[in-house]
Amino acid sequence: MSVTPDDVRRIARLARIAAPEARLDELAGELNAILTWIEQLDEVDVDGVAPMASSVEIALPMREDVVTDGNIRDDVLANAPRSEEGFFVVPKVVE
Amino acid sequence: MPDCPYTLPGATGDWEVVVGLEVHAQVASKAKLFSGASAEYGAAPNSHVSLVDAAMPGMLPVINKFCVEQAIRTGLGLKAQINLWSRFDRKNYFYPDLPQGYQISQFKDPIVGEGEIVVELDDGETITVGIERLHLEQDAGKSIHDLDPKATYVDLNRSGVALMEIVSKPDLRSPQQAAAYVRKLRSIVRYLGTCDGNMAQGSMRADVNVSVCRPGAYEKYKAKGDFSHLGTRCEIKNVNSQRFVALAVEVEARRQIAILEDGGRIDQETRLLDTVKGETRSMRSKEEAHDYRYFPDPDLLPLEFEQAWVDEIKKTLPELPDEKRKRFVAELGLSDYDAGVLTADKERADFFEAVADGRDPKLAANWVSQELFGALNKADKDLSDSPVSTAQLGKLIDLIGDDTISGKIAKDVFAKMFETGDDPAAIVEREGLTQITDTGAIEAIIDALIADNPKQVEQVKEKPKALGWFVGQVMQQTQGKANPGAVNKLLKEKLGL
Repeated sequence: MSVTPDDVRRIARLARIAAPEARLDELAGELNAILTWIEQLDEVDVDGVAPMASSVEIALPMREDVVTDGNIRDDVLANAPRSEEGFFVVPKVVE
Repeated sequence: MPDCPYTLPGATGDWEVVVGLEVHAQVASKAKLFSGASAEYGAAPNSHVSLVDAAMPGMLPVINKFCVEQAIRTGLGLKAQINLWSRFDRKNYFYPDLPQGYQISQFKDPIVGEGEIVVELDDGETITVGIERLHLEQDAGKSIHDLDPKATYVDLNRSGVALMEIVSKPDLRSPQQAAAYVRKLRSIVRYLGTCDGNMAQGSMRADVNVSVCRPGAYEKYKAKGDFSHLGTRCEIKNVNSQRFVALAVEVEARRQIAILEDGGRIDQETRLLDTVKGETRSMRSKEEAHDYRYFPDPDLLPLEFEQAWVDEIKKTLPELPDEKRKRFVAELGLSDYDAGVLTADKERADFFEAVADGRDPKLAANWVSQELFGALNKADKDLSDSPVSTAQLGKLIDLIGDDTISGKIAKDVFAKMFETGDDPAAIVEREGLTQITDTGAIEAIIDALIADNPKQVEQVKEKPKALGWFVGQVMQQTQGKANPGAVNKLLKEKLGL
């Protein structure tokens, strides 16, 4: 697998991370190094082994359908740069 | 293979439409899918939000068992495959009303697989529509753009509410079929009680996928499942009524045809329906469309359960509209049309069954579907706001049955019941509408009629149909209170017919 500078530009945009043009080559190199490192896993023979979803053999815990949370508006809004009348207020997102 | 029910003529020949729907149905749960905050509609902004829903760092999702049960229940109602092993994935995108930066959804391994539903069309025909899958996912919050010219206001109350996304196969071929499919799906989830089906409040909304093709192309797709025979589709997001679903199909099909006939190409994209202008417009910029980078959510183990649980849920399924309809025809002797009208909605079916209990089902069906539904329709009221209760309508039918009033007078009594909400017996008493069954009184009127109208008496002997004139006269003189059966019988005796 090989990541190109174009891939980096696109991934950065999707993740809303600033990736200056001048650094795209360097970042692509770093990402490729990481991927190469991970590709070592391909050496392990997993034929006939079911894909593992978790390293712990427990069932997904479930909750009952009971309201036990909420009504903490002020806590929820506490870190917001701007809020008004109980709403988060953010820069306009539609044209 | 039946002919396509809907073709649009173009300058270069006819076009057909192919439609598939993704319906989002909110699970009728008290709490959210992965948090203990309330899922109730209409609360003050950001009051039904936990730290999980606000995606505070370190918060972990714990699934609501009731929501899982409702997804299984709905799957069973759609006669669909229930997957005992399914998994949650992250669907990544950025929007201010999605604080996690991803929606927890099921991409590769949904809880429910293929199924089908039978959809009744307005002309009485039925079609079978394939269900591709049903999966559980979180709703996003709500963005309000019109409170401030420079800012968007965000309310996270809906954030994390459980949705079932029900995906149809591209089996729908006209605006009417698409609307009828949504109507039937809504009916099924309401019967099951898994979703309240309230489209105005957004508990049910549809994404409508529309493409156009030339006659014959759809059949080629059907034969081998090869999508390359179909046109490029566009997705019309968040359509919130059956009527608008039909409108979306029609206007989007026309837009695509106009582009294709001008030699253009359809770009696969997400669009919005403008219900005022009757057009669709592009919603998201192209380079970002549909790049959700799904991957399994590492915060959640796979969702696994036993077949025994599914079997247990299956035992609690109510009688669904299709079975109820068949029973109304087979056991109650209703016409297929009446049975369809009465079973379209669970509330209607329950109302009818309460009225028909211990009474003539056909008579009850007439009073419920003709008189009551007609009056409600005229008054623009829902059945839940009906001024006439099941017990009151039942009593009215009893008053006809025991000859206290005639069927004709009963209609007047019904109009007054609808207006005032009073009991039928009280209205009959107050207005003096009790039927005259005293043959002596009727006989006296008939005798006088015969004596005063020798010409009509001559005529009726030649043409027995003229009896109607005499019946009319008796009814007029008794203000409609004479028992029609008794009047007919006495007239025939006295006139020697």
